[in-house]
Amino acid sequence: MAAMTPTPAPATPDATPDTASGTTAPAAAAPAGPSVKARAPRRRPRPRVWRAAVFLLAGAYFLVPLVASFVFTVHVPGQGVSFEAYTQLLAADGFTESMLLSLGLAAATIALSLLLAVPALVAVRLGSPRLRPVVEVMCMLPLVVPPIALVTGITTVLRWGPEHLSRTPLYQTFLAVQDERFPVVLVLAYTVLALPFVYRSLDAGMRAVDVPTLVEAARSCGASWPYVVLRVLLPNLRASLAGAAFLTLALVLGEFTIASLLGFRPFAVWIVTISGAHARMSVAVSVLSLLITWLLLLVLSRAGTNPATVSSAPSTSPTSRKES
Amino acid sequence: MSTTLPAARQSEGFDGRTDSAPGARVEFRGLRRAFGSTVALDGLDLTIEPGELVALLGPSGCGKTTALRVVAGFEQPDSGEVLVDGEDITRVPANRRDAGMVFQSYSLFPNLSARDNVAFGLRVRGVGAARRRERAAELLDLVGLPDHGDRYPHQMSGGQQQRVALARALALRPRVLLLDEPLSALDAKVRASLRDEIRRLQLSLGITTVFVTHDQEEALSMADRVAVLNAGRLEQCAAPAELYERPATPFVAEFVGTMNRLPGRITDSGLVEVAGARLPVDGPVPTATREVEVLVRPENVTATADPEGTATVVAASFFGAVTRLHLDLPGGTSVKADLPSRDAGELAPGARAAVGLTERPVLVVARSA
Repeated sequence: MAAMTPTPAPATPDATPDTASGTTAPAAAAPAGPSVKARAPRRRPRPRVWRAAVFLLAGAYFLVPLVASFVFTVHVPGQGVSFEAYTQLLAADGFTESMLLSLGLAAATIALSLLLAVPALVAVRLGSPRLRPVVEVMCMLPLVVPPIALVTGITTVLRWGPEHLSRTPLYQTFLAVQDERFPVVLVLAYTVLALPFVYRSLDAGMRAVDVPTLVEAARSCGASWPYVVLRVLLPNLRASLAGAAFLTLALVLGEFTIASLLGFRPFAVWIVTISGAHARMSVAVSVLSLLITWLLLLVLSRAGTNPATVSSAPSTSPTSRKES
Repeated sequence: MSTTLPAARQSEGFDGRTDSAPGARVEFRGLRRAFGSTVALDGLDLTIEPGELVALLGPSGCGKTTALRVVAGFEQPDSGEVLVDGEDITRVPANRRDAGMVFQSYSLFPNLSARDNVAFGLRVRGVGAARRRERAAELLDLVGLPDHGDRYPHQMSGGQQQRVALARALALRPRVLLLDEPLSALDAKVRASLRDEIRRLQLSLGITTVFVTHDQEEALSMADRVAVLNAGRLEQCAAPAELYERPATPFVAEFVGTMNRLPGRITDSGLVEVAGARLPVDGPVPTATREVEVLVRPENVTATADPEGTATVVAASFFGAVTRLHLDLPGGTSVKADLPSRDAGELAPGARAAVGLTERPVLVVARSA
């Protein structure tokens, strides 16, 4: 330090490195030469043949049973092709009632499961993120509980209560939920069954958007909590809400075990019921129900498409994304 | 203590004020907020004058974002209060605070176009469609995006999204503008450009602005005053030049800019002897010991090429107009010196150099054992 001596104070440099480093540092990156391109590894040829084979195999796995079912319904030995099985459907006893019941149960299940899951997941996401694993485990539990066990539990609960409780609201409620015209007990059971799928779909949607920031941004713009949920969160969770509804619909339309064991007759149970007497018609109904389900799923998936991601807005070229 | 603003006051926020209306005075009084055992704010007191842009600067966890979120209404302090124009808003819900906010992450609503994003707050307040459209166009023009009204967030760059977010925050003509590290996700060039743009807008609108950043360059270049926070407390709030030239505490001295610590000794005359030089002391002098560490800015260290010099250049970093030299001195001390780049040509790594100090007051702290 002996060499250090006081010197007159010079003018402070125009910009210190601390405040200028962000803008005055020279560009130092050396341009890559053409040799880099020459040394690039050769791409391996794509296994097109294998991909086609796997695709065909998977397609056959799904389509062969469907085609076989369809052929069975329209081919009558000795008479050739006949669409009688399909034309008789609408007049078949119980077809319309069971189909409408299943659609009603599906709509109610979708509504109930979303009403339960959306506020719960939003609350967990915003207020108690640490509870997320607990909620996840609870929502996933129905996957490991066999439907037969669920039915046994439901049946036991519905039989609770001695005769002297028959005039109480509890007993009357138990009776009401078992009304054959619209068995609410099935909605409750299906909601439990659908919970894992609803949870997964909504959770994925909420991970895709920054929920806390969107909520805070809306709040700072003056939005009340109901406004935030209805006008900000739900529109941005549209795809995952549609996905949840999509899976719940498929589950309810195809569910047989619980409905059958509880003695109700939605569509899946009706198909099995008539299969003994009208084998061709029951297969025709199955094919038709598959088509109806696909159609409904298509409608739901279209409903879940975010308008912001389709080409309604002007497209942006790569150059227009650069700063001016 | 009031809990909500009257509805009439809310509507005044948009309809009653003009763009050039002066901002509000914001006061933090004894704010304290703890998260479990972590104290984020520990009795923060700060007053921000109307129309002023104050940057809250500090290391991670110092409480700067918590302080901003308390003003926004997203955090409730454990004690203390926030006043806007003398009115206690500590318990007022976030949606009734009349404060616009721009977030670090792009916070635009993905399902809305830029125009609808800007008009969101107006729609919440029930402003008519024609007026909303007109105001959104006006603000998009103000932030330099007049032709981007129909674009959705995913069709815009980060800088454009933050401009739209700024327009959205200004749409309701808030009394206070809160900026939570709005530039940190952008690349350097866009950051510099948007920084200037925000400052220009803030000055033209005269809106009181609280700007949280961990970037000293942003804080020093944009703010009227910079408030340096450390462990939830205010270390110093001063104009950028004063903060840099006359730091009130060793923490500020070392946090803002770069500082050398050189061993020194307090003399009987009250000067500090450092490296054979005697310099006046700025600020408090430790009474318990005469052995001190002297805080010297790199630009106050001189270095000249000298084959007989006792210092060795270890490294040289080029920053355009300035070159920073890292020098080793006898006794194991290292020192940084900032020289005009045109004078640093001969001081390549390995060269010998003579090192000196400019004659100006210095800060001293007791030397740690």
